[in-house]
Amino acid sequence: MSCKGDTRTQRSRGGGPAEQTGNTAAPSRLPLFLPLPTRPATDAEPIGAGAAARRSQAEHSAAPARPGNRGQQAPPGSYKRRGRLSAAPGPARTRSRRAPGLSLRARRRAAANQRARRGAGGSGRGAGAAMEDVSAKFVSQKISRTRWRPLPAAALQPPDVFATGSWDNEDNRISIWSAGDLGNAGLNGEYHGEPHLLCDIQHNGDVMDMQFLDQERIVVASSTGTVTIFRHHQNNQTLSADHRWAKAHYHVDQDTSCGGAACTGVVCNNPEIVTVGEDGRINLFRADQKDAVRTIDNADSSTLHAVTFLRTTEILTVNSIGQLKIWDLRQQRNEPSQIFSLAGDRVPLHCVDRHPNQQHIVATGGQDGMLSIWDIRQGTMPVSLLNAHEAEMWEVHFHPSDPDHLFTCSEDGSLWHWDTSTNVSEKPSFLHQGGRSTAYLSHSTMNQSVVSAWLSNDPTKDRMEITNLIPNQTLSVNSLDVLGPCLVYGTDAEAIYVNRQLFA
Amino acid sequence: AATGDGAPSSSRVFVVRRDQDIYIHTLRKLFNESHGIFMGLQRSEEELAGKSRKAQLVQVSKNYRSVIRACMEDMHQAAALKLGPAFLQVSILSAMELIWNLCEILFVEAATAGPLLLRLLDWVRLHVCDVDSMVRQVLSSESPSKHKLFWNLGNTQTLTELELKWQHWHEECQRYLQDGTFASNPHMESICKILLGDEDAILEKKELMTTWYHFLVTRLLYSHPTVKPMELRFYAQSSMDLFLGGESSPEPLDMILMAAFEFEMHQVIKECSIVLSNWWFVAHLTDLLDHCKLLQSHNLYFGSNMREFLLLEYASGLFSHHSLWQLGVDYFDHCPQFGRVYLELHIERVPLSTEQKALKVLRICEQRQMHEQVRSICKIMAMKALRNNRLGSALSWSIRAKDAAFATLISDRFLKDYCEKGCFSDLDLIDNLGPSMLLSDRLTFLGKYREFHRLYGEKRFAEAARLLLTLMTAHIAPCSFWMTLLTDALPLLEQKEVIFSAEQTYELMRCLEDLTAGNPDKLCSLQDDDVETTKVEMLRLALARNLARVIVKEGTVEGS
Repeated sequence: MSCKGDTRTQRSRGGGPAEQTGNTAAPSRLPLFLPLPTRPATDAEPIGAGAAARRSQAEHSAAPARPGNRGQQAPPGSYKRRGRLSAAPGPARTRSRRAPGLSLRARRRAAANQRARRGAGGSGRGAGAAMEDVSAKFVSQKISRTRWRPLPAAALQPPDVFATGSWDNEDNRISIWSAGDLGNAGLNGEYHGEPHLLCDIQHNGDVMDMQFLDQERIVVASSTGTVTIFRHHQNNQTLSADHRWAKAHYHVDQDTSCGGAACTGVVCNNPEIVTVGEDGRINLFRADQKDAVRTIDNADSSTLHAVTFLRTTEILTVNSIGQLKIWDLRQQRNEPSQIFSLAGDRVPLHCVDRHPNQQHIVATGGQDGMLSIWDIRQGTMPVSLLNAHEAEMWEVHFHPSDPDHLFTCSEDGSLWHWDTSTNVSEKPSFLHQGGRSTAYLSHSTMNQSVVSAWLSNDPTKDRMEITNLIPNQTLSVNSLDVLGPCLVYGTDAEAIYVNRQLFA
Repeated sequence: AATGDGAPSSSRVFVVRRDQDIYIHTLRKLFNESHGIFMGLQRSEEELAGKSRKAQLVQVSKNYRSVIRACMEDMHQAAALKLGPAFLQVSILSAMELIWNLCEILFVEAATAGPLLLRLLDWVRLHVCDVDSMVRQVLSSESPSKHKLFWNLGNTQTLTELELKWQHWHEECQRYLQDGTFASNPHMESICKILLGDEDAILEKKELMTTWYHFLVTRLLYSHPTVKPMELRFYAQSSMDLFLGGESSPEPLDMILMAAFEFEMHQVIKECSIVLSNWWFVAHLTDLLDHCKLLQSHNLYFGSNMREFLLLEYASGLFSHHSLWQLGVDYFDHCPQFGRVYLELHIERVPLSTEQKALKVLRICEQRQMHEQVRSICKIMAMKALRNNRLGSALSWSIRAKDAAFATLISDRFLKDYCEKGCFSDLDLIDNLGPSMLLSDRLTFLGKYREFHRLYGEKRFAEAARLLLTLMTAHIAPCSFWMTLLTDALPLLEQKEVIFSAEQTYELMRCLEDLTAGNPDKLCSLQDDDVETTKVEMLRLALARNLARVIVKEGTVEGS
């Protein structure tokens, strides 16, 4: 729709430090670059040191405004963008991305602007910081998946290690990275190391999906139909294949007996692993068992694009004809227990996530970039359709501990942060006051008492702040993962980005 | 720059690659990062005027160079781990940066007489590795105060004033020399000579200077600090001649730099295209120069201008790469004349290994309204799915391509399967066809026929009967399927309740007679088959009985 142009809000994110870094007038002369590392003595140095050298070089010289540096993450035009937002309250008006009256939208925007202004006046904290805390690394492979390693229970540190998988390379890899030592940050946080590689291993076929089973094991879905568990040995920083289910997904070909079919989605709930594929098959594995525990052949006549757990025994799948299905794995019937669908256009759904606390709330992303919110307790259609990206939405994730926040990324090269936490204004917002360590604990507890903002039908309350975290990207953002205050995402431009202060 | 990668042994298959550097792993970073800069430059169309526009362009140029530098650094790191061809690549990259930097100074920034020498000095310092210590030695040991003063002056005073002061200083130095102040110390004497711009004295220190352009800048510094851009060529030429002194002939790099000093932009680009093993450099440099409006007058005799020609070459190279093809798309987009055609031809040749990749390719085509390619990609995917017995997927793909013929083909497969098995597969898809059902007649029939089954299953007999009849009378059903439909009508005719009205029964009878009478071939084949004849007989009987019942029923209702 049309509010693209008028979406600047007065929040300080766009101005202030962001603009300064973006518009630095080129100094009159190009100072000396540091001499190139001619390194006979420094061979043993870790890779990070080179990055540091480059970093300091970058800071001294006029030339670089590289994604790795803070400057470019906040280009001159960066502003807080509020999306083309149109919710369709109530299941009756499903396909209403053009439907809801202007008045509703206008009111909502006015409310948001007001709030934004208040926010700008209130806290002097530089909102631009969020943009500047992004560190990037070009990795010479197209990234299809990025995943944080789960934190051990009662961990106090922010997440540090994440895994990536590549696609469309002749030689695809699974890589484990360290996001860079936060301890290196100066007092002003002026320097964050870029992510550095801990170890990697070759992978057959494109990495279609992956997920950590536990602290050490990652389950990887391949375009060859194979599902592999890799183990990350943290003592000596190596990766090895722990177990492999070859051709877990396959086509019964007319000519050959069996050809692999891409495994498009994987989800685990240790020790259970569920995979779905282009062959419309659903597999249930256990990490400790050699063969599949359960296989539903022909579970879907079209391609299954993604899967997630609804409860411990139930899973949700989305397919290429716009259906959301619930499968109860206790039932021996090879049929879904419920089918939900987008009415009308059968727009393929590419991703699905479930609200971490309120399990009846489900978000899906479609081929047209639309975000759909479903209440699986009622109806067969989405509760609201939110017009979002301009192309395929590849991933959607509720924030695991702060589910008022949602993140989506898309083929159009954007990554959106959907924030409903400011929704109920009478409640004190812990999130924007406390330090970042305290915010998460307090927020999740208070969440349960209220009706979720995601299902709210009340237009006066239904405010949502939407921020595009990547203003000028051109190539697809294939994957994102969010944990604590940290966000990691990977793109077709062969770069990975880590944002450590999402809620700064 | 097209090079052959030969397998000279018995196989005699040659891998011909149009752009060899594309395949160097560490350079992928260069391609990806510079793609971002390139896109930024295209977006930043001339909203800014004059000075700020120039500053913007210089910044873009610096960004490009910093990417090259970052790559060199990565290669150094890689080389530290395993020695190998990296050294050659680093030297190529460093040459590229050297040339780019000079072009930036002379063309993009177009430095004027005063700052020009400053820039050149920086340029030499930046690229001659051991120059640092030397510069310190040369500059600091002599008369640093005067030098500092000299350079500070550059900022505040006009050129003429500066020249006057410089001359004054110059004369002072000369006086020292003539007075023989330094006569006792030959080193000091030669330094003084150098300060005076004595070429022979500078040449004596030749071994300290690695290259002729180093010599050139040194010479300019001490003898012509206010050199104008247009005068550069004379000094450059003579410096090169003096420095090489007939001992060695100029290398390609020397020729390129010389061309730059001569402001022969096209010569620079031409030489670079010949010497370098990639199109990256010339494509991006030319594009930048074009944005500086320096190349406008020059049109090639073959169709498009030079910028477009080079971008097309570069992007075609990217498309030949297994994974970099996505970058090529945006470059083609910015070639107004032939970009579209190139893209159309290349995009069809991207191998579609998974559906996800196909979706990405499709998105590229759909965004650019390339309907022909969309159709062909969908068709490929539909064929693949069909070969894998994934009828549902195949149908989805043909619906996306709005490919009626293919949808008909797949619908027929569904109907055939139904006739053989007696039940439908892929119900979840067929039940949810929605408006896409109207894509082809056969698909409509499939959807409606399935609807009939559903109605029948839900015991909504009257609606089912009406639908069944419409399928035949409105000629939605293919004739070959009529017999099946009539057979489906049998249980409806045999229900306890009367379902078909008299009129409907007549219609059914006509359909049956049309089928048996109107098509003698069919009839023959039917008669051959005992089962079929019995079926026809049974149908006739059932229809007659139904007619009798309905007449009675309708009669009584009307009568009462």
